[in-house]
Amino acid sequence: MSDKVSAKLDHYVSQETFDPEATMAAGSAPSEKYLKASQTQIIWWRFLRHRLAVVSLVVLGLCYFSVLISEVIAPYGLLTRSSSHVFAPPQRVHFIHEGRFIGPFVYPLNFELDLETLKREYTPDTSDPQPIRFFCFGEEYDFWGLFDGSFHLVCPPKNGTLFLLGTDKLGRDMFSRLIYGARISLTIGLIGVTLSYAIGIVVGGIAGYFGGIFDSIVQRITEVLRSIPELPLWMALSAALPVTWDPRLIYLGITVILALLDWPSIARAVRSKLFALREEDYVAAAEMMGAKPSRIIAKHLLPNFTSHLIASASLTIPSMILAETALSFLGLGLRPPITSWGVLLNEAQNIEAVALYPWLMAPMVPVMVIVLAFSFLGDGLRDAIDPHD
Amino acid sequence: MLSFLVRRLITMVWTLLGISVLVFVIIQLPPGDYLTTYIAEIQASGERVAEEKIAFLREQYGLDLPMWQQYLVWVTGLLQGDLGFSFEYNQPVADVIGDRMFLTLVLNFFTVLFIYVVSFPIGVYAATHQYSAGDHTLSFIGFIGLATPNFLLALILLYLANVWFGTSIGGLMDPEYIDQPWSVGKALSVLEHMWIPVVVIGTSGTAGMIRRLRANLLDELQKQYVTTARAKGAPEGRVLRRYPLRMALNPFIADIGSLLPQIVSGSVIVSAVMSLPTTGPMLLSSLQSQDMYLAGSFLMFLAVLTVVGMLVSDILLAVLDPRIRLAGGGAR
Repeated sequence: MSDKVSAKLDHYVSQETFDPEATMAAGSAPSEKYLKASQTQIIWWRFLRHRLAVVSLVVLGLCYFSVLISEVIAPYGLLTRSSSHVFAPPQRVHFIHEGRFIGPFVYPLNFELDLETLKREYTPDTSDPQPIRFFCFGEEYDFWGLFDGSFHLVCPPKNGTLFLLGTDKLGRDMFSRLIYGARISLTIGLIGVTLSYAIGIVVGGIAGYFGGIFDSIVQRITEVLRSIPELPLWMALSAALPVTWDPRLIYLGITVILALLDWPSIARAVRSKLFALREEDYVAAAEMMGAKPSRIIAKHLLPNFTSHLIASASLTIPSMILAETALSFLGLGLRPPITSWGVLLNEAQNIEAVALYPWLMAPMVPVMVIVLAFSFLGDGLRDAIDPHD
Repeated sequence: MLSFLVRRLITMVWTLLGISVLVFVIIQLPPGDYLTTYIAEIQASGERVAEEKIAFLREQYGLDLPMWQQYLVWVTGLLQGDLGFSFEYNQPVADVIGDRMFLTLVLNFFTVLFIYVVSFPIGVYAATHQYSAGDHTLSFIGFIGLATPNFLLALILLYLANVWFGTSIGGLMDPEYIDQPWSVGKALSVLEHMWIPVVVIGTSGTAGMIRRLRANLLDELQKQYVTTARAKGAPEGRVLRRYPLRMALNPFIADIGSLLPQIVSGSVIVSAVMSLPTTGPMLLSSLQSQDMYLAGSFLMFLAVLTVVGMLVSDILLAVLDPRIRLAGGGAR
């Protein structure tokens, strides 16, 4: 914003001698390194200036890495039940017992059923500190179906329990379920985006390159799909998945449904870019040399805006994650035993239960963190790619 | 203007036709849908009345006809206001939904209104005070608003209301007005309850709108005519009102096209969470029980709501902006 000139300024004249070459050098002196850098390199440098986006990238990287080793991170298995700890509250991690520092430990929970209100009451037994074990051997698991293992980063104390985020109605550890849920919630966005981009690029590419009848048909279809509110349509389509299907098939079906309603926006973007680019001389040259349309689109045209596609993908992934969460939350999406954050939140649908056991809402936190991280990342990428900056 | 209107209406009819085909396909999708199950059930009971009922249903939905004729039967029914038959409630759809559609309409209308009323002053403030403390605070809140899915926001509000006040904030009216005919008291009660869902549904839309308005206004403020106006000594308020604000408002209306599907989507899930007497919870329950004709009617209604809303916004935009009237084609 311009500063308003309130007081009258003196006429200012610099006393230094004017050196035109010096000002040229100061104004635009790209270093040799910058001049020799590739486009990707420059984009990467500009991206690094966006502090929030870099942090988001690190956060997302860690989350996606955790997906690879969920079994090692989670102290319990996905379906491990502790029948004596139903709806147990989160156990706090303490460090100091009776004035003495003894490292991270938890107090065991004593269970009592209030016979008047039938409410489950858990009280920590503060006389018996149980140290948490690290880098330990605990519950056995089947690592990605490849081999059996029992090594964990964190294990519950010997003969004790470790419920960092409490337990659900079947006495299953919420924290472990959250870790396993990430595996589904985070991948569904990636697979969905891959599918939707595959469809969008092919359809948009053909429509934009050839135009004509195919283009008008695609235009009509995208118009129809874009003017229906997405969520009700998603709900209807996923409700139409047969109840008898295997949960893994449902997982696949949901990703396909998410992709089916998302490709129009990519097809639109690809089409409008190709419309402008196909008139370029180098396309004509490629055609003269006998290149097939598929080669021209893939080799000569698409690279023009790959970076834009990547940037918009980082904004599409969170919307897919959210859609899956919403669907599963409503009970129309994934079905147990497949566990995503939405499936976990499904138990929080009953407000009376939530009021008594607020830790059931815990899966909200990772959902929001992931969505925020992706949108910061997308903003950073977009700024880095934009050459007009 | 007239030719624009005609062109736009034709596009809308095309879109609605496409949507109706899609909805019909969805109705037919579940292999064991309610209709076939229902008929099988009646047949199994083996009563004589059942024979007549099956015959009636077969005729009503043209079950013996080929698929495209079934579609025609369904669409002509829709056009005549026959929304089909709900098998879950064993009643015509029109009787089941009551004033749910009206309340949905009211809810969505107020949400759009809320988004405009709130985002306009905040967006203008953020743009004219760029990089001030207020701007940063608002941007931060906006980001949180964008990242919090509205059904989670609804859940949090329900939880807080339950813990702090021990009351439920669900519903759209006081219990004594439910299923009562409309009266002034009922309307007031609805308005009283409306604001919570409106805020919940509108938050992310408002946050997005503020960001867009801020960006647009900033673009305009950097243009040379603004510098000229300032150089000529026009007061800041007048400089702002004269052109930049009006230019920045243009996308404000054009954005309805992307805003409306978002709001309708949001209202469906928020209504389901907060158990509002709108189309949301019933759409959900009909989908869960695969009562597809009821679900199809709701889907169609929501789509029509969106498409008509977009039409209104396009007409408004054409009134505001002569370029759109003359150039032809849609607004976006």
